Formats: sequence, structure tokens, C-alpha cells
Amino acid sequence: MAPLDLTGMFGVTGSYLVYIGIGFCFGFILESSGFGDSRRLAAQFYFSELRVLKVMFTAIVVAMLLVFWASALGLLDYDELMVKHTWLWPGIVGGLIMGVGFILGGYCPGTSLVSTATLKIDGMFFLFGHIVGVLAFGETVGYFYEFWNSSYLGRFTLPELFGLETGVVVLLVVCLALAMFLGFGWIQRLVYGRGDPQ
Amino acid sequence: MNDLSEKFKYWNPYVGGALLGVVLFLSFFITSHGLGASGGVNRVAVAVQDMVVPEHVDKSPYLAKLAGGDIDPLRHWLVLEIVGVMLGGFFSGLLRGRVRLQTYHGPQITPRTRWAFAFAGGILMGYGARLARGCTSGQALSGGAVLSVGSWAFMFAVFAGGYGLAWFVRRLWQPGT
Repeated sequence: MAPLDLTGMFGVTGSYLVYIGIGFCFGFILESSGFGDSRRLAAQFYFSELRVLKVMFTAIVVAMLLVFWASALGLLDYDELMVKHTWLWPGIVGGLIMGVGFILGGYCPGTSLVSTATLKIDGMFFLFGHIVGVLAFGETVGYFYEFWNSSYLGRFTLPELFGLETGVVVLLVVCLALAMFLGFGWIQRLVYGRGDPQ
Repeated sequence: MNDLSEKFKYWNPYVGGALLGVVLFLSFFITSHGLGASGGVNRVAVAVQDMVVPEHVDKSPYLAKLAGGDIDPLRHWLVLEIVGVMLGGFFSGLLRGRVRLQTYHGPQITPRTRWAFAFAGGILMGYGARLARGCTSGQALSGGAVLSVGSWAFMFAVFAGGYGLAWFVRRLWQPGT
């Protein structure tokens, strides 16, 4: 049953190639979807183009459905998956800072890699800033180490939070995504009188 | 614009999103974890730091965990993944004639202004991503798909931060006043 034992199956070098391959597909899709262009990413926050929302939530929904179908069929052990652990407040504060960084800088970390790879100078400046930012974090985290490790809830999932069956939560997430596609699209037509440009 | 980038359209976002979802699922299925980006950049940065000031890295508990003593921060799947991301992005751009030295910027600002804001935004993004232990890829996308509570809280915080400030900095991106 999956997840597979990568190193056991392909050796260390083989597992490295698998990761480069997964990254290759990831980067290829990001660039092909227009995510190497900061203007199209920032446009999300003005409702003039909703690519970020559409790509992200379609990806989340598709991956979520596949993960839970595969688990239901006994092909995949959900308990063995690395579900990001929750440190609630550091995550929320970090997220807010990143939202500000996103609208000022025009990229997120992954998209700046793709932008840099296609020689966009703004992407390179962003990536350079990103490197400065992570180094600054390493130098300053000592001052708020306690906060950084606070509100730790472990491997905590939405079904546990709401006390609902996983299937119900999966269905709710699908509904949320559809509602956001419709709602954001409605605002977009209200403001610009059109949908996404090609 | 009449350059090549307009000849080759970007994918329909729902198609791109669905393919990304399949790749994300395959990543979980094959490797047990999702996708990542900022963590890989972090490891490259700390590796360089470890070459320049190794004693300093050993003394900081946070950095020592990543690169202290004999630990090589580059021997990690995240680092290989971002190499792949850059290769994949490059090939996609190459096929569509989008690999070109240029600056994307809003109609009201100069490239130079755009660079300054890209740099500043990058700093905040890097700092915030470490604080939140992940970025749009590692937290929002990967944690979101497997229903992590923290990842969903994080995702809404990113959107709140972006939407909260967007109106005030509209001159950076929007045409007109």
C-alpha cells in the first residue's frame, strides 16, 4: 500500500530523480498556467484575473478527491501521509506577512522560481529578497522562539476540528471551491463586466 | 503587446489546476508528502551561510538543526524539487517562446520601481514562509489537500493579507488613477 518506500525501490539516486521529476511537472504546470507573470498573479487581488484562485482550488480539490478515493479503496494509507502539523498563530501571522509580500512583490516562492527560470528580472529580485528574508529569519527567530513554537496542535485535520466524517468535509471543501469560483466570478463581472482575459 | 508571449496562450486555469492536482496526488502517493518550494530555497540559503560562517550556524539552535556539524542542508528532497521546478518552468517557457530577459510591471510604474518592490516583497515572503513553516505550495496547496487545519488557517491569512493591502497599493498593478 502507498505511500511507497522510494529509497527502498529506486535507491538514493533513483529517489533524487523522482523528486526532480515531480518538481519538473510542478514547474512546467505553473509556467504553462501563467504563474511566471507577476501581473497575472497580482491581478487576483483586484479581481481582474482569477487564475490564482482557479488553479489553486482546482488543484486542492482534485488532489483531495484522489487522496481520499485512494484511501477509501485501500490503495493509500492516509495515516502515513505527512499532513502538515499545526502551529496555529505562527501560521496565521506568517500567512498575513506573506499576503503583504505577495501583493507588494507579485510572486510567491514557487512562482518566483519559475519566473526566474524564464529570465524575468522582477522574479530574480523577488527570489533574491526571499533568500534575504529566510536568512533574516534564521538570525532573529531566537528572539521569539517561544511564539514560533506556540499553539501547537500536532497533526490536526478539519474532520477532527469539526467532528465530521472525512467524506462530509471533502464534500464541503468541493462546495466551498465551487462557491468561491462563482462568487469571485460574480464580483469580477460586476467590476469589469467580463470574465478572465485569455 | 505584439511579442511571442501573446502567440502562445496560457492554459485554461481549470485544466492547469486539475493537472497540478494530479501531480500533487502523485507526490503524496509516491513520496508520502506534498509539494514544496520555500523550504528548498531556505536550505540553499543556509547551505551558503554554512560555507561562509560555519561556527555561527553551529551556535544558533535553529540553523544548527538544518546545517550544524556534518549535516548537509542540500541533501533533502526539497532541494531536488526546486531544481526540478526551475527546469520545468524553463522548458515550458522555452517551448512557448517566453524565456526572455524582461521585467513584468504594472502600467504606472517603471521597471526600477518594480524591482524595489519585488525585492521588498520577497524579503517579507521569505520571512513569513519560515515563520509559517511553509509557503503557498507546502502549506496552502499540500496541507490544504489533506485537510490540515493549520494549512487552511494559513491560506485564509495569506488571502486576507493580500486583499487587505491591495487597494492601497493599486498603483503598483492597476492602470488609471
